[in-house]
Amino acid sequence: MNKVYNNRAWLLVLPMLILVAFSAIIPLMTVVNYSVQDVLGPNASFFTGTEWFKTMLNDEALQAAFLRQISFSLIILAIQIPLGIGIALIMPKRGWQASAVLILITLPLLIPWNVVGSIWQIFTRGDIGLMGWGLRELGIEYNITRNAGDAWVTIILMDVWHWTPLVAMLCYSGLRSIPEAYYQAARIDRASKWAIFRYIQLPKLTNVLVIAVLLRFMHSFMIYAEPFVLTGGGPGSATTFLSQSLTTMAVGQQDLGPSAAFSLIYFLVILLVSWVFYTTIMNMQKDKPPHGGA
Amino acid sequence: MSYQLENTQRGEKYNTIFSKVSPAKRRNRTARAHWRSRLLLGLYLALMILPIYWLINMSLQTNSEILGSMTLWPQNLTFDNYIGIFTDSSWYMGYVNSMLYVAMNMLITISVALPAAYAFSRYTFIGDKHLFFWLLTNLMAPPAVFLLPYFQLYYSVGLFDTHIAVALAHCLFNIPLAIWILEGFMSSVPKEIDETAYIDGYSFPRFFVKIFIPMIRSGIGVTLFFLFMFSWVELLLARTLTATDAQPIGMIMTRTSTASGIDWGTLAAAGVLTIIPGILVVYFVRNHIAKGFALGRT
Repeated sequence: MNKVYNNRAWLLVLPMLILVAFSAIIPLMTVVNYSVQDVLGPNASFFTGTEWFKTMLNDEALQAAFLRQISFSLIILAIQIPLGIGIALIMPKRGWQASAVLILITLPLLIPWNVVGSIWQIFTRGDIGLMGWGLRELGIEYNITRNAGDAWVTIILMDVWHWTPLVAMLCYSGLRSIPEAYYQAARIDRASKWAIFRYIQLPKLTNVLVIAVLLRFMHSFMIYAEPFVLTGGGPGSATTFLSQSLTTMAVGQQDLGPSAAFSLIYFLVILLVSWVFYTTIMNMQKDKPPHGGA
Repeated sequence: MSYQLENTQRGEKYNTIFSKVSPAKRRNRTARAHWRSRLLLGLYLALMILPIYWLINMSLQTNSEILGSMTLWPQNLTFDNYIGIFTDSSWYMGYVNSMLYVAMNMLITISVALPAAYAFSRYTFIGDKHLFFWLLTNLMAPPAVFLLPYFQLYYSVGLFDTHIAVALAHCLFNIPLAIWILEGFMSSVPKEIDETAYIDGYSFPRFFVKIFIPMIRSGIGVTLFFLFMFSWVELLLARTLTATDAQPIGMIMTRTSTASGIDWGTLAAAGVLTIIPGILVVYFVRNHIAKGFALGRT
């Protein structure tokens, strides 16, 4: 669409800008301020330069947490995106069934994050939870507080349960936007189901998939409450992700300087990865002929 | 339509000239594919519901039954857990608090996001692209990073432990999301509509409220769903910014764990109750979700 050049549009953006600045810029300046100081008390602090950044980048526990975080995010993206597309494809298209499935499918999204953790903690307990009890009856040794592998499986399972609906929902509405004429044309050409998916549905889904991948990546990178409630980051530090390390450091130990430096590094990493994602996908869309994707 | 040839007379809607498979066989095939997909979907839904079913199941049992033997449904049905929550103000106020700050956040967010999204979808102005990307970066900002500064900021302006504090804090990620979604919907409304309205003598505010907002109803529905969802489920910020007066239900639930053990029944009942407002919201916007992002760009 041709947009009109008009600087008065700033007036429309202004209220939003003031609000976001209040909740984003002022706090971020505080973080930057702390990251270069050693805070000893309310009125006692001295300038340390980039020392905290060096300490944090060389901290082995944080490097391990970072690797864990990356692998977690990649695993859940690899599972949730295809699964979500699959579910969207088999969801009913109209009638009361469509509404019912839609409402059922969004259920996990509407549960507060720490309640999600509690649900799965109960569900996987060998003595009172259905899944833990079932596995025990089948003779499978399963204990998320002792076995790191089990804890990982549970957290991935929990996240897939929790967030696949979002991907499915986005893809479903993407699929609904494809005009019936495309399918009719494919039927005349006797296109196979795979061909219909590959050349009609998938290209039409790119837009919502961009949203889905970005949202899922960003949120999985910030995951906090669910694993915290489920395992407390354990056993050992097997499921301690970045947000939890940071919260323990900042709120638990009150290490203002180091945690501020860590915050900034963490923020920059998310920013960088998301930016790379965003621009690559945008460029991919730009290269396509206009009638392809958008 | 021209491709429906001789079979149209018999009420068949496909052609048989190019297809070697007989219509009956083909109908059979699609019917089987249809049932296969229904079966798969049913299986997924069943697995998905299981943990929630387990929560409901526990909420209807006494603690001794939960901890005693394994039962797949409540043997001695009891509603005591729910009655306990609804008669204790320290419990049900948690729900009231959560709903209050979520409602405030939705109201604030949508009222500043609508004009901003309109500006992004219709005009270019100095720094618009940078502003838009900066907004998206706020969506990426991990709440954990902002915990401490938030606490200090809200404490110093005297907003600590109020509903509005949580509502404002959630604006950090909700406003960018709302603008992102709304901008997509607005871009799909042809510009000619704006121009026609101006020619007809509508002022901007009147055009915006009377004509434009009704046209993007679905978009607003979807946006409100997302605003509700992310504000309702977020707890890290809500927990940090409240102490007693505005505590969200998610935090009050942690009280079930005491020295004498965890009160599983009440915990489960409280968990079930956190799902209900969400179901109501989805019910009201379900038709919009279906149309949903269909119109949205990125």
